[in-house]
Amino acid sequence: MDPEDEICGETWGTKSSLSNSLQEKSADFGSQQQLQKKWDNNNSSCIMDYGFRIGQQQPPFREQINNSIQGKNSNDNKPPEWDPSAMLNNLSFLEQKIHQLNDMVHLIITRKGRVPSKPDELLTQQQQQLITADLTSIIVQLISTAGTLLPSVKTIGQFSQFTPKPAAVSPEQQHQQPNNSMDVDHNYTTEEHEEHEDGEAEHLPPGSYEILQLEKEEILAPHTHFCTICGKGFKRDANLRMHMRGHGDEYKTPAALAKPPTIKEVSSAAAEPVMIKRYSCPFSGCKRNKDHKKFQPLKTILCVKNHYKRTHCDKSYVCSRCNTKKFSVMADLKTHEKHCGRDKWLCSCGTTFSRKDKLFGHIALFQGHTPAIPPDETKTVVALAHTDDPAADGGGLGDQALMDFKSVDDPVGAAAVASCFSPLNFDSCNFGGGFPDFNRQGFDDSEASFSFLLSGGSCNYSNQNTGGES
Amino acid sequence: MKRHRNATAPGTDTATQNTSAAAAYNLFDLLSDEIVFAILDFLAASNPLDTKSFSLVCRSFYLVESRHRRVLRPLRHDHLPRILSRYPNVARLDLSLCPRITDASLALVSRTSSADSLRSIDLSRSRFFSYSGLLSLVLNCRNLVEIDLSNATQLRDAAASAVAEAKNLEKLWLGRCKLITDMGVGCIAVGCKKLKLISFKWCLGVTDLGVELIAVKCKELRSLDLSYLPVTNECLPAILKLQYLEDLVLEGCFGIDDDGLAALQHGCKSLKMLDMSSCQNITHVGLSSLISGAGRLQQLTLAYGSSVTLALANSLKMLPSLQSIKLDGCFVTSSGLKAIGSLCISLKELSLSKCVGVTDDGLSSLVIKQRDLKKLDITCCRKITDVSIAHITSTCTNLASLRMESCTLVPREAFVLVGQRCHLLEELDLTDNEIDDEGLKSISRCAKLSSLKLGICLNISDDGLSHIGAYCSKLTELDLYRSAGITDPGILAIASGCPDIEMINMSYCQDITDSSLISLSKCSKLKTFESRGCPLITSLGLAAIAVGCRQLNKLDIKKCHNISDAGMLPLSHFSQNLRQITLSYTSVTDVGLLSLASISCLQSITVLHLKGLTASGLAAALLACGGLIKVKLHASFKPLLPQLLFEHLEARGCVFEWRDKEFQAELDPQCWKLQLEDVAQ
Repeated sequence: MDPEDEICGETWGTKSSLSNSLQEKSADFGSQQQLQKKWDNNNSSCIMDYGFRIGQQQPPFREQINNSIQGKNSNDNKPPEWDPSAMLNNLSFLEQKIHQLNDMVHLIITRKGRVPSKPDELLTQQQQQLITADLTSIIVQLISTAGTLLPSVKTIGQFSQFTPKPAAVSPEQQHQQPNNSMDVDHNYTTEEHEEHEDGEAEHLPPGSYEILQLEKEEILAPHTHFCTICGKGFKRDANLRMHMRGHGDEYKTPAALAKPPTIKEVSSAAAEPVMIKRYSCPFSGCKRNKDHKKFQPLKTILCVKNHYKRTHCDKSYVCSRCNTKKFSVMADLKTHEKHCGRDKWLCSCGTTFSRKDKLFGHIALFQGHTPAIPPDETKTVVALAHTDDPAADGGGLGDQALMDFKSVDDPVGAAAVASCFSPLNFDSCNFGGGFPDFNRQGFDDSEASFSFLLSGGSCNYSNQNTGGES
Repeated sequence: MKRHRNATAPGTDTATQNTSAAAAYNLFDLLSDEIVFAILDFLAASNPLDTKSFSLVCRSFYLVESRHRRVLRPLRHDHLPRILSRYPNVARLDLSLCPRITDASLALVSRTSSADSLRSIDLSRSRFFSYSGLLSLVLNCRNLVEIDLSNATQLRDAAASAVAEAKNLEKLWLGRCKLITDMGVGCIAVGCKKLKLISFKWCLGVTDLGVELIAVKCKELRSLDLSYLPVTNECLPAILKLQYLEDLVLEGCFGIDDDGLAALQHGCKSLKMLDMSSCQNITHVGLSSLISGAGRLQQLTLAYGSSVTLALANSLKMLPSLQSIKLDGCFVTSSGLKAIGSLCISLKELSLSKCVGVTDDGLSSLVIKQRDLKKLDITCCRKITDVSIAHITSTCTNLASLRMESCTLVPREAFVLVGQRCHLLEELDLTDNEIDDEGLKSISRCAKLSSLKLGICLNISDDGLSHIGAYCSKLTELDLYRSAGITDPGILAIASGCPDIEMINMSYCQDITDSSLISLSKCSKLKTFESRGCPLITSLGLAAIAVGCRQLNKLDIKKCHNISDAGMLPLSHFSQNLRQITLSYTSVTDVGLLSLASISCLQSITVLHLKGLTASGLAAALLACGGLIKVKLHASFKPLLPQLLFEHLEARGCVFEWRDKEFQAELDPQCWKLQLEDVAQ
């Protein structure tokens, strides 16, 4: 650790303890801003350093995943107090916590005596993780409690050597371990920093937040909260707590039944430095995956779940009303069903819009998408065209037959039409005498059917030929 | 159908004879197709009917002609199967004379061998087809680049989506397709990426969204017609981003105003033609922001728009290549005209037709700066006098077209100047002017004159016209409507001196007799003949025209009381190209009308006030004339004929127009003109 870093750490250590003592649980913006300024003025170079460090750090992530999945742990973190009585309280809590852990390890040991089955294995694995997590949280609690007492970070730094290595840490994580205490401290500053810039969280510079990545199985698991005793899974934490009541009176205390404080509440109240968390999608190549060049993190676990299901899973929920739209998230289906059939502006891709301009904006944006004409329109048009013809043709005659007066088979139509001529003798219309200059050899058309009117006089070839005139 | 068989038998005999003769000795076998086609090109250029004679020579000629023909314009839809199989290489199919084109007809077109070669189809006058016919057409004719669907008021968006399947389409006309909305246009925009021309004139269902999408998706667009569309300023930015847009028509777009145009940062640089006629809400402010940067603009039409003032003229000054300005029907100030004259560098065409406020001062100061003017239209500029004419004739000596109908203050002496100075005139419209024989004598020096309109010129006589006949040998159009001084000697001079005459109108020249018609029968190219209200003409004269002018396709003999059935019979035998005939007030009866049925081209007849016509005769004639598209009848016939007959004829594509005007007696020319002036004032 270079001297400059130490100085920085020192100053900050004091400040943080001061702020903790003064503001206790509530995070006063003004004073924090002041602190922030000081921090900025004093050692801007440290920020760089810190940024670098954050980028590197890995170990706390695992713990925080566990924290967030088994939200129960955060329950254990109590805000440290400045006065000795609070400190005593804290310590006794820690003691109690260690006891609990002790019990749990006992339970595992007794279970190991039985024949191991697959679900059991999974359960013990989970419990191991739980223990590890609990241990780490105890350590962190211990350090932060101690931090409030001790004036310099140097002393806190010494704690690092006592930090026990969690059972499940990877070699890489182990490598990072020595920095842990320092990181904890910096995490705190990050927290301050982020709160200050609240609302701009989406433009976080890379490294200014910690990236968590859940595995596919974890994302798709129907239950996220598991009973530590019987292993039953629950979707909601509250359901788990209700369930826990059945396992004994110790779970019926108001404290045990109380809703665990959110991460924000905990972090703002506790001295424990919590870094802003963002999530990565485990699907490699996805823009939401941390290895992607233009990685865009997901904000919450719910986002991860919805993103993963929407983007990388089959769409198994089909709208029962339109039978075309499919969804992978049930909530999406329900949203769609609310206005299914009401959106009349349809794109060829199947997307519907409630407004025409939205549809046209969509079409302008994407290549190959076209407005979809409602199918009933084409049908009605075709139907109309068909009904038009026979009626107009005087009873289902073809186009050719239309002109062919003689060949009119339809007795009704023909009779009706013919009746108009009754007074006129058609024989008188024979103008007689073919015209020799008009040769009709080899050429004929439907006009010939008027031969009763003009015996040989009609000039069919010329008709046809002028028909082809340009 | 027995006849048919009888007719074909000798046909095949001749054909075999021809082939045996050709096999023995045929020089044409030595020529390649290219050479024969080149010969046929010349033949078709001189007279399309000559190719018909060519194809009748022998079987091989018949086949050569079949392969040569590229353009088809069938007269009847029932000819389609035969001609499509006869002409396999047709590239353009013009169905504008076939009102009845059903889905079956279009399917037939798409099935024939010419489907691959077909590049252009015109359905602008056809009805009865729908979505499915269009779909089969565009799916099978993959090389189609032009479709004209104007007036297809029955088409909906589905049809537009069918058109969108024509991926190679470059030109599309959708005028008056009122049921097509943005959705259909959207399909076309996405499907037809190569569109270069699209016309939406009167497509009332198309709004900003559709137009915007067309502009976004069809980047190749050269020509865009948005006339009378309910579009607003919103669509303009996208349109002006089109890189190649050359021709933009915004006629009657009331939704576009100065505010919208002023918001535009830049105009369209590639624009060559701009039409903003009847845009009531656009003044010079909007215009100048639209044409700013459009340095290549050549043609600007601002008809029936805001008044032409100094400010408007000033906005034209950054258009160096402007060649044509049309300001028809605008209010014009002298200062505006003056500024146009000095700011525009070289105008070739100027139209001030029906402009209010054109004075000698304004017009003179405009034309003295524009020496290159080729076309000038000053129709109904009623204030101008000989001063303007003197300036026009002295500076614009290159004038090829001068239209000055109803410039009533121009004295007869001024027309002498026109003849003296503008020798290059090809088109001259002097309808309703004071010109006299001296003027005509002077104008006869314009040897290139091809179109001369002398309607309602009461001061001219045969003397003047005989000068025209003697020197203007290239005359093709002559209008003598109500020029009562013209009699037989004048027409004789024209008939002998102008062999190329194609159109002649001598309506209400009451002294014209059969001898005029007999002399005109020498003009074999005559296509349009109008002789309304010439009571001295008889069937004899008409027979001479029928025999002599075989290309006649429009005949108007209204109020020629002495023409009877005897005139119709030769007409029906010889004038096989007749398309349109007006027989009102003649002495033609059932027999004459029915004889016209042998003219298979006949499409339009007007028969009002024929004393000898009975309902049954009319019905027989209507049924017998298979190609009729338009029939004008007196309303009194409506109850006399069965409804079924009308339905039958309407299904063929025939449209009926009913008139119930009273029988009108004719007025003498002077009286008629006085009445006209009363109406005009």
